Amino acid sequence: MAQDTSTTTATAPGGGGHPLARYLVVRAGITVLLLFGVTLTTFILTNLIPADPVQAVLGEQAAANPEIVAAYRERAGLDDPLPVQYFTYLSNVLQGDLGTSQQTRQPVADELGRAAPATIELALAAIVVSAVLGIGLGLWAALKRRTIIDQVIRLVSTVGISIPLFWLALVVYYVFFFQLGIFPGSGRLSPTLTPPPDVTGLYTVDSLLAGDLPAFWDALSHLVLPASVLGLYTVGLLTRFARSAVLEILDQDYVRAARAKGLPARTVVTRYVLRGSLVPIITVLGMAFGSLLSGTVLVEIIFSWNGIGQYSYAAATRLDLPAIMGVGLVVGMVYIGLNFIVDLLYGLIDPRVRVS
Amino acid sequence: MTGDGGLHIRSLRVVIGRDAGTTILHGIDLDVPRGQVTGLAGESGSGKTITGMSVMGLLPTTARASGQILFEGTDLLTLSARQLNAYRGARIAMVFQDPTASLHPMLSIGGQLTDHYRSHTGASKREAKDRAVEMLTKVQVPEPEIALHKYPHQFSGGQLQRVAIAGALMCGPSVLIADEPTTALDVTVQAELLRLLRGLCDDLGLAVLLITHDLGVMSSLADRIAVMKDGRIVELGDRYQVITAPQDPYTRSLIDALPAADGASAGGRCADGADAARLPGSEGSV
Ligand SMILES: Nc1ncnc2c1ncn2[C@@H]1O[C@H](COP(=O)(O)OP(=O)(O)OP(=O)(O)O)[C@@H](O)[C@H]1O
Ligand SMILES: [Mg+2]
Repeated sequence: MAQDTSTTTATAPGGGGHPLARYLVVRAGITVLLLFGVTLTTFILTNLIPADPVQAVLGEQAAANPEIVAAYRERAGLDDPLPVQYFTYLSNVLQGDLGTSQQTRQPVADELGRAAPATIELALAAIVVSAVLGIGLGLWAALKRRTIIDQVIRLVSTVGISIPLFWLALVVYYVFFFQLGIFPGSGRLSPTLTPPPDVTGLYTVDSLLAGDLPAFWDALSHLVLPASVLGLYTVGLLTRFARSAVLEILDQDYVRAARAKGLPARTVVTRYVLRGSLVPIITVLGMAFGSLLSGTVLVEIIFSWNGIGQYSYAAATRLDLPAIMGVGLVVGMVYIGLNFIVDLLYGLIDPRVRVS
Repeated sequence: MTGDGGLHIRSLRVVIGRDAGTTILHGIDLDVPRGQVTGLAGESGSGKTITGMSVMGLLPTTARASGQILFEGTDLLTLSARQLNAYRGARIAMVFQDPTASLHPMLSIGGQLTDHYRSHTGASKREAKDRAVEMLTKVQVPEPEIALHKYPHQFSGGQLQRVAIAGALMCGPSVLIADEPTTALDVTVQAELLRLLRGLCDDLGLAVLLITHDLGVMSSLADRIAVMKDGRIVELGDRYQVITAPQDPYTRSLIDALPAADGASAGGRCADGADAARLPGSEGSV
């Protein structure tokens, strides 16, 4: 193409490898740097906390004894200079050692590993269902612009966005569990059932893998209330954004051109309209997932869901520093991983992104 | 007259808006015969695009059209959107003004050239791809095999409009509607593209409806010219007649407004058939 200067002029410059692969390598490099930054941030933030961890760990009586305190500070490395403390921390992290919880005397990494599947199951259920619902409703409203369907969907999404999470969680818990008893309101599985053999750690998936249908339905019914509470805001948010994104795309020339090609209406919508609106939708989806994760703390506490949210709440209230740092690290990693996935999806969806 | 593969518009009236609405077209009569370029000229807002959109069934949702648009013995206005899909893209194709906007930026050229072809003909991927290469070659896009795997942003505007024309030709239409196909492009490639359109019209016996506000383009390209003003056709005749002896004062004023040489000599030069593909862009106006 380069020799034919009179014709194509806007061909992508350079070369060297598939553009998508190059794009991915760059994004992955940035992600590694960010992860490094997260360890530093977690470390600094923890050291900025004015409270004295010694007292929290040792209790008032022991903390009054200077010898015990000194011995503890020595053992925990609390008297080393900060950079030394950081590098000790970093090399431990790289070996998968997040320290020992001051509260339980258990390795933090193990505790987080046990709590993570519960939160992953809850968050995934909430985000998948709300993504499908939100994008579907937004698309439907846009296609039925200015009809009664559009009005109703917009009203529902506004309500979804406006309800405070703590209030919604309490009301849902009270009405559907306490009053009506339709769905279970605490834990991940009825106490009478044994958890399925651990494969993924997600009870719904593992019980299906084990062919244990009663356990599957039980695990699923336990998911309904907390996941709904967690996902409602996301549904509202996504519905709104999907609606406006689709409306914008419907006005594009290329949608008119697709109709002029005589493609079936369904193909025009799925191939041309939805594809075009996917970039803004995915941006919002990534952000919504982030806010959904922060909602897990409250939801896990109310619905006795022993995941990372509950764990972080306990760690924070007890000033369990290694646990707090562990949670901070995991949360930071999740957000960065999320951004990476969003970037990756951009690259897959929009060929123009790969070039820059 | 109506089964000849051409397009015949009869008393087309279009009203847009709720309740009484605004009348945009006040009863248009226009024939677009095969093997000819029929030019539709007129100032901005005169209703040229709305005329084209009526044929394609792409009027705004608040629009109502009456009259007849006859094609192969069928009145397109009586068809549902689904029935119309059998015609548009297949028998009647359209090329839009801005190719960078009318092609989907995130779908490959190959995908956009073949999706409607496959849905209209039921062809296999392989057959559709071969057909796309053939059409890209016809519109002189270099390296068609490679072009299929590219995306719109990797082409210049002129090349992209060729791609769009290739897409329009995929199913072998007999009618091609081109709405300002060169207005968004560089002056230097306008002439080339118009010449291509003229050539396709002659080779394939297409009925081309060329919409433009540029009477200069018309005078050198079209066989017959219709001039619109405020939703009415005020002048209709063969090119030579319209350019040299306009009946309507409005057409007269448009011709007088033409830059460069006066209308009479431009028309005269292009009057003989051999010179029909000569264009203002190639005659020193650049
Ligand atoms: N979606 C719409 N809703 C209401 N009125 C419209 C709509 N589209 C076009 N019109 C009106 O119809 C009339 C004709 O518009 P049209 O686009 O056909 O003009 P045109 O001759 O193609 O002009 P141009 O040279 O600027 O493209 C204009 O008065 C315009 O305001
Ligand atoms: Mg127009």
